[in-house]
Amino acid sequence: MTEVEQPVSATMLSSWASISDVPREQGALPDGWEFVIGLEVHAELATKTKMFSPARNQFGSPPNTNVHPVCLGLPGTLPVVNGFAVELSIRLGLALNCTVQRCVFARKNYFYPDMPKDYQISQYDRPLNISGWVELASGHRVGIERAHMEEDTGKSTHVGASGRIHDAGYSLVDYNRAGVPLIEIVSHPDIRGPEEAKAYVGELQAILIAIGSSDGKFEEGSLRVDANISVRPAGSDELRTRCEVKNVNSLRSLGRAITYEGKRHVDLYEAGEHPRQETRHWDEAGGRTRAGRSKEQAEDYRYFADPDLVPVDPSPQWIEEIRAALPSLPRDRRIALVAMGADAKAAAIAVDRDMDGLAVEAINAGADPGRVLTQVVNNLAVDGADTLDSHNFAELVKLESGGKLTSTQAKTVLAEMVVSGRAPTDVAIELGFEAMDSSSLESVIDGLIADNAEEWERFVGGDDRERGKMQGFFTGQVMKLTKGQADGKAVNQILQGRRNRQ
Amino acid sequence: MTANPQTALEIAADVRSGSRLAAAVIEPYLAEIAQREGEIHAFNEVLADGARLEAAAVDRRVAAGEDVGPLAGVPIALKDNMCTRGIPTTCSSKILEGWKPPYDATVVQRVAEAGAILVGKTNLDEFAMGSSTENSAFGPTKNPLDTSLVPGGSSGGSAAAVAAGFAPLALGSDTGGSVRQPAALCGVVGLKPTYGAVSRYGLIAFASSLDQIGPFTNTVADAAALFDVIAGHDEKDSTSIPEAIAPITPHLEDGAGGLRVGVISELTGSGPLADGFEPEVLAQTQAAAEALAAAGATVSEVSVPSTIYGLSAYYIIGPAEASSNLARYDGVRYGLRVEGAANTKGMMIQSRTAGFGAEVKRRIMLGTYALSAGYYDAFYGKAQRVRTLIINDFNRAYEDFDVLLSPTSPCVAFPFGAKDDPLTMYLNDVATLPSNLAGHPAISVPFGSGRNGLPVGVQVLAPMLGERRLIQVAAVLEASQNGAGQ
Repeated sequence: MTEVEQPVSATMLSSWASISDVPREQGALPDGWEFVIGLEVHAELATKTKMFSPARNQFGSPPNTNVHPVCLGLPGTLPVVNGFAVELSIRLGLALNCTVQRCVFARKNYFYPDMPKDYQISQYDRPLNISGWVELASGHRVGIERAHMEEDTGKSTHVGASGRIHDAGYSLVDYNRAGVPLIEIVSHPDIRGPEEAKAYVGELQAILIAIGSSDGKFEEGSLRVDANISVRPAGSDELRTRCEVKNVNSLRSLGRAITYEGKRHVDLYEAGEHPRQETRHWDEAGGRTRAGRSKEQAEDYRYFADPDLVPVDPSPQWIEEIRAALPSLPRDRRIALVAMGADAKAAAIAVDRDMDGLAVEAINAGADPGRVLTQVVNNLAVDGADTLDSHNFAELVKLESGGKLTSTQAKTVLAEMVVSGRAPTDVAIELGFEAMDSSSLESVIDGLIADNAEEWERFVGGDDRERGKMQGFFTGQVMKLTKGQADGKAVNQILQGRRNRQ
Repeated sequence: MTANPQTALEIAADVRSGSRLAAAVIEPYLAEIAQREGEIHAFNEVLADGARLEAAAVDRRVAAGEDVGPLAGVPIALKDNMCTRGIPTTCSSKILEGWKPPYDATVVQRVAEAGAILVGKTNLDEFAMGSSTENSAFGPTKNPLDTSLVPGGSSGGSAAAVAAGFAPLALGSDTGGSVRQPAALCGVVGLKPTYGAVSRYGLIAFASSLDQIGPFTNTVADAAALFDVIAGHDEKDSTSIPEAIAPITPHLEDGAGGLRVGVISELTGSGPLADGFEPEVLAQTQAAAEALAAAGATVSEVSVPSTIYGLSAYYIIGPAEASSNLARYDGVRYGLRVEGAANTKGMMIQSRTAGFGAEVKRRIMLGTYALSAGYYDAFYGKAQRVRTLIINDFNRAYEDFDVLLSPTSPCVAFPFGAKDDPLTMYLNDVATLPSNLAGHPAISVPFGSGRNGLPVGVQVLAPMLGERRLIQVAAVLEASQNGAGQ
């Protein structure tokens, strides 16, 4: 048996030290309560063929066209492991800091018409990836219990009055999805609220896409989330009865479902009752969860090692090759930006939008990190931003930092650069942008003070709040009079200077 | 049995050389089937027209100067749990009645590529669960030597087909003795290869970790030739042995000189299983040991202590895997569907209730129970540990011996209905199933006769991939028989 341990890196240790400082989510539950949430995320792997069958793995094909005797479970057929699916799963295991180990496929036995063999090949007591963690942009770490391989089921369509199974006249089954490779990522119950849950799933999604393991599309079902939700008195370490909420099909639904379910639990406890351990389904339209089958009556899956398959034992060399080929992960990209002087929140947004490469290059070309990130966050959430030339972008930021362009002008020039790909100085000259010199700016401001004596008094003599409000008023007036050509920073300096002289 | 006495190798040599047409070879076999099949019921389906077409195709290729393969023009019968494209494959179960697979099993492809001619699909105990072929949903097969007796099982149809002269070759599947035991009861040769030597792709599973396809033949040489055709890696079967498997036919005449032969004491009259064996069967096993000694082998007794637990372990592991393998027969996609149920679950229950016979249901229930939460460790987990003990015991024995010897079946062919109690029937497998649990190869070769003059089978066992030793020893036993008969 070969087990490959992830070496402990210096950044890992330094990050651990800071975890206790991370502010945790509050406010989604009534005072005195906190969430305990663990998530099971299923991601379809981006392979060409299925987990154990040569049939295509493709979304959106006509029903029952991506099928083969093996994934239809025809009598006599045998599964053969798709090696690329294993590679994509190892990529994820490494990206989640897991131990990658010799693993065994097991049969999960239960009868369901969209499951061709009436058992699902999954992994049980020997999963591929165990004991990892994922660090969220907040710095909080969520522990990963396991990330194991399995095959997807088909899809049933119940044809009848309501489309629900209990009054369906008949059912149609599409086996295109049956046997599509899945990785199931099981977290520890380390998540403390709906926003943190969304951040966690968003981080997994970003990682899956970055490493090419999955396309991560909620809308095509390639990403699906089941949430195990319980609540407890804030600060306690007990684990109370949990409910598993299924059918959550977007990040937004995840947040809503958790919030609803948590409040339901708190209401029950405060009424002197207890939630039952059960599976519940999220009803998107109704904005509520509904009881499914109770866990006490749950199936006994009679897991046992699948005798048709042999254990998968990835060699240390293979694992190291996969590790060496992994692209930079979202977390490392954020850390790299912060190390270059970017604000953590802005760095997270830049990585999220895949604009961090541009930011890094612009900073390396000498542009001010703060201004670079401000431009990326505020002004580059537009189509075509990814085509922007990093040197041109750096130039623009330098023009702004050097006072050659006001921030408003810089924004306009940048928008034009995205459209035309031209250099910032060319665009600025054509638009006639030239920052106002400070003497003409001073005369504009003096005129405004004279015309607005009452507002000026409030600026000079008011409290902080009043002063802030009036500063906004004067700045706005200056911009109006100068058609946005004034530099906001210079305006503030002059206003402060006049006030100090009073 | 004097009908069609030619061996497969003789036929293939004639057809390959062009001295006989395959079209001429097939006719006496089809004639024999036409004459006696109504009485014997070896087949679920006889493919006379298909066989004639295939034979004609072989003849055209021979005429064109092609190499048609080592089994050119040789008729072969296949157990009806091996998938044949477009030809019904039923496992002798109502639940699969009429089902036509859209693909060929790997062994079916291999025998076809070797030039063999498929004459029919043979009867079996439903889903290969049984030792007498009485559990077929389509009626029992009768022993061609005495039609008041069973042919053994579960591959009773294949054994009977060879014994009756319906085909010189047949394939069966052996999960706990289902090739060797009917071979013994019908007086033919039956080989259970090493687990993983022959692809299981297209063999409808009973117990995946035990199932293995093997030949039925009249001679040891034919068994070796058929093994050489079907053995070898198949990328469609993950449990197939990846290394090349050397042909065993060149070792047919290696003889027994210098071989160390161990007679398994637990299966030859000592210990708790002693009473289960007929004295005539034990006597013939002793005679076989003496024949090997006379041929230059060193023969002595050896104890393989855990074999006595094999039966218990086997009747946990086999049913457990079967309960999962047979879940797919639910009426949704193929096979029997009982209409009129109120919902999908009801449809599944009614279809399975109507489609499976009593023995299959019994094993599904046993296996489901053995895998259930809370019982897994006590049953399935423990059975797997027994399996490891048996492997260790065998491996220890093979430190001192090249092959082991035992009877194949505790008894000769018995009358229909004689073993209605399932536990009595299960005891038929006591000498054969340890090889399945260990994954080791074993062969049954006819050796003398027992009660009522019925044939006795002697079993030779060898370690992993020891098939060449098996045929080496079996050929010596066969030759000593022929000598005795003259």
